[in-house]
Amino acid sequence: MTTQRILIIGATSAMAEHCARTWADRAAADTLALILVGRDLSRLDRVAADLHVRAPKVRVESIVSDFAKPEAIRATIDAIHAQGRIDVALIAHGLLPDQAQCQQDLTACAEALEVNGLSPVLFAEAIAGHMEKASHGTLAIIGSVAGDRGRKSNYVYGAAKGLVSRYAQGLQHRLASTQVKVVLIKPGPTDTPMTAHLKGAAKLTPVSDVAITIVKAIDAGKATVYAPGKWLIIMHIIRHIPAFIFNKINI
Amino acid sequence: MQAISSWGRLSAFPHEVISLSSPQQARRAITEHHPGIAHGMGRSYGDICLNPQGVLWNTLGLDHLIAFDEASGRLICEAGVVLRDIQHLMIPRGWILPVTPGTQLITVGGAIANDVHGKNHHVLGAFGDHILSLRLQRTDGRVIDCGPDLAPQWFAATVGGMGLTGVILQAEIQLRRVAGPWLDTEIVPYANLDEFFTLADESEAGWEHTVSWIDCICKGGGRGLFMRGNPCAETRPAPHAGHLGMPFVPPISLVNPLSLRPFNTAYFNLKKWQAGRSITHYEPFFYPLDNIQNWNRMYGPRGFFQYQSVVPRSNGREAVQAMLGEISRSGEGSFLAVLKTFGNRQAVGMMSFPQPGVTLALDFPNKGERTLKLFERLDAIVREAGGHLYLAKDARQPAELFRAGYPRLDEFLQYRDPGISSALSRRLMDY
Ligand SMILES: Cc1cc2nc3c(=O)[nH]c(=O)nc-3n(C[C@H](O)[C@H](O)[C@H](O)COP(=O)(O)OP(=O)(O)OC[C@H]3O[C@@H](n4cnc5c(N)ncnc54)[C@H](O)[C@@H]3O)c2cc1C
Ligand SMILES: NC(=O)c1ccc[n+]([C@@H]2O[C@H](COP(=O)([O-])OP(=O)(O)OC[C@H]3O[C@@H](n4cnc5c(N)ncnc54)[C@H](OP(=O)(O)O)[C@@H]3O)[C@@H](O)[C@H]2O)c1
Repeated sequence: MTTQRILIIGATSAMAEHCARTWADRAAADTLALILVGRDLSRLDRVAADLHVRAPKVRVESIVSDFAKPEAIRATIDAIHAQGRIDVALIAHGLLPDQAQCQQDLTACAEALEVNGLSPVLFAEAIAGHMEKASHGTLAIIGSVAGDRGRKSNYVYGAAKGLVSRYAQGLQHRLASTQVKVVLIKPGPTDTPMTAHLKGAAKLTPVSDVAITIVKAIDAGKATVYAPGKWLIIMHIIRHIPAFIFNKINI
Repeated sequence: MQAISSWGRLSAFPHEVISLSSPQQARRAITEHHPGIAHGMGRSYGDICLNPQGVLWNTLGLDHLIAFDEASGRLICEAGVVLRDIQHLMIPRGWILPVTPGTQLITVGGAIANDVHGKNHHVLGAFGDHILSLRLQRTDGRVIDCGPDLAPQWFAATVGGMGLTGVILQAEIQLRRVAGPWLDTEIVPYANLDEFFTLADESEAGWEHTVSWIDCICKGGGRGLFMRGNPCAETRPAPHAGHLGMPFVPPISLVNPLSLRPFNTAYFNLKKWQAGRSITHYEPFFYPLDNIQNWNRMYGPRGFFQYQSVVPRSNGREAVQAMLGEISRSGEGSFLAVLKTFGNRQAVGMMSFPQPGVTLALDFPNKGERTLKLFERLDAIVREAGGHLYLAKDARQPAELFRAGYPRLDEFLQYRDPGISSALSRRLMDY
């Protein structure tokens, strides 16, 4: 049996980590390699050690990259593909900025746009080229329900996630005639370190549930998936509320 | 601020909850935001894991396994790892947690801080007996590594230390070899306490796990079902876990005198009829309530107490008989009533609950003053017998009973972290 190679960008994210646990858990002996990419080696090693205890037969590798530099992103992805083709790539990094701060401080605003929008797109672009050449692979990117409609409480984050949505749509069009699948995941509010400050205020879905949805969507090669699925309906309604009403609602 | 209750649901005060998500971030959070108290799965019944209006460090993000040595069975993991995850991962590999309480939905940190016991105390002691080392984060930034041979005083203070000596970041646990998930079990009905003690004594040598359900309201008191089990090498596939739940909080307690007597009689007779030997999966045997989500809601909006005492064997029979008499007269109590003997072992922790003797644990729906008055009468029996109450279950004992029951208190206090305080520590100690 050949080894499946799964590449995870932003592998220290709670969502990505729970996907990795699911993959490691179901892998038969010696058939899975997980390549973890992050910005800090000690944090990556914490995730790698955990996966190693859970599934000692799975190969786990940690790679540090600079998420803000296009050349570094290119070099990282090329080096990984030089070792062999990738079957699944998941791009998961992101940060939830303080909207009020983004309005005051353009540096914070720029960082939020870069980390949530630009950086994932650059990673995806680098990976997509290799997958297209091999005509093989599934590329999954985590967007957000926040990208479906801008609203005053988090539109900087929402705009970056909207960028990811539109990018994924274009990539799906480009790769439609190949074997490569592009999966866009739009989670609703999920219980992870990113939302720790919202605990109690908002209803958060357990991260393990969201991870199961992500893994299933990747297995099926679905174009777009909401996690959990109810957000498909909720966002459909929110997107269709007329602006003259929407602009009066406090969300 | 977030309303937080413990398992007994006696209160729901606002807390400033700070999630610990990595050892590095935990260090920052704890040194910058205190006084506070660590909170794991909140499976303690009383106020030991609460700090109303104050800081609560939620440890569930410290959920990473760090290393496992397949040859020796030594597992190093972070303190927020839930025991069920360890069991699910390790039992198929031939290793099991040596000691677990009546629920596996608790964290490693919580298991250490209450030095929890299981059904096999007479063979393997408590959870702390199997900890090889642990790492403690103090609120002044200091990190202390300790174990039975390394800074043993810190270790003895932290095992059973109620979370008051620091936040446990990680621990090394000695797992134990196991053939599989099955146990050879037996249910033996008993008619009175004398029969219970005979069964308990004769089971000590041949049975690893012993526990009993006792009918706390039957006249005369003391009939029950003795359950015992040994790990076995059965290889049949695991059963499918069922899922039941208590979807809402009923307006009044479902446990009341009208429901209790028929239930207990029915339960006793049903199980008596099923008595005898069988092969049982470890989950229903060890953790019978874990599949009924939120069962603690059945006691209604006012919540419930658990009263768990241990008294020495020398006067244990009389003390248990006296307590059952009080409870039966009061008409209070619940079908969740457990009677069990502890082995003749010295606990690891200065403040550990287990001591040689017999322990009785009962749930009581909270009926305010009436329930508290009954507890005062039970306290008197425990005090007289030279016993003490389990802090993991306690929400109301007077400081004086606590001091009398825990003679190593003064020694323990030297190891407290001044930046840590809980509702329980303020109720029973100086801060
Ligand atoms: C159905 C049921 C059955 C039970 N059966 C038994 C039994 O048979 N035997 C038994 O002994 N107990 C039993 N218990 C009690 C339970 O095992 C203990 O209360 C246990 O400590 C709960 O762990 P937790 O993770 O929920 O911790 P919490 O209840 O959240 O906290 C318990 C204590 O641990 C401290 N703590 C938690 N994490 C840390 C950390 N990282 N560092 C330092 N301190 C920490 C807290 O500050 C607090 O003092 C039972 C409970 C239930 C609900
Ligand atoms: N949680 C939610 O409610 C929610 C809802 C919708 C969508 N999402 C999206 O889901 C994805 C996963 O998030 P999560 O909830 O799992 O969050 P998380 O656990 O907080 O993880 C965030 C991840 O992003 C990385 N990251 C943060 N800032 C970065 C930066 N400047 N440069 C590079 N990497 C950075 C982090 O790396 P370090 O470990 O090195 O910090 C970490 O890997 C994100 O894309 C997020 O936007 C989340």
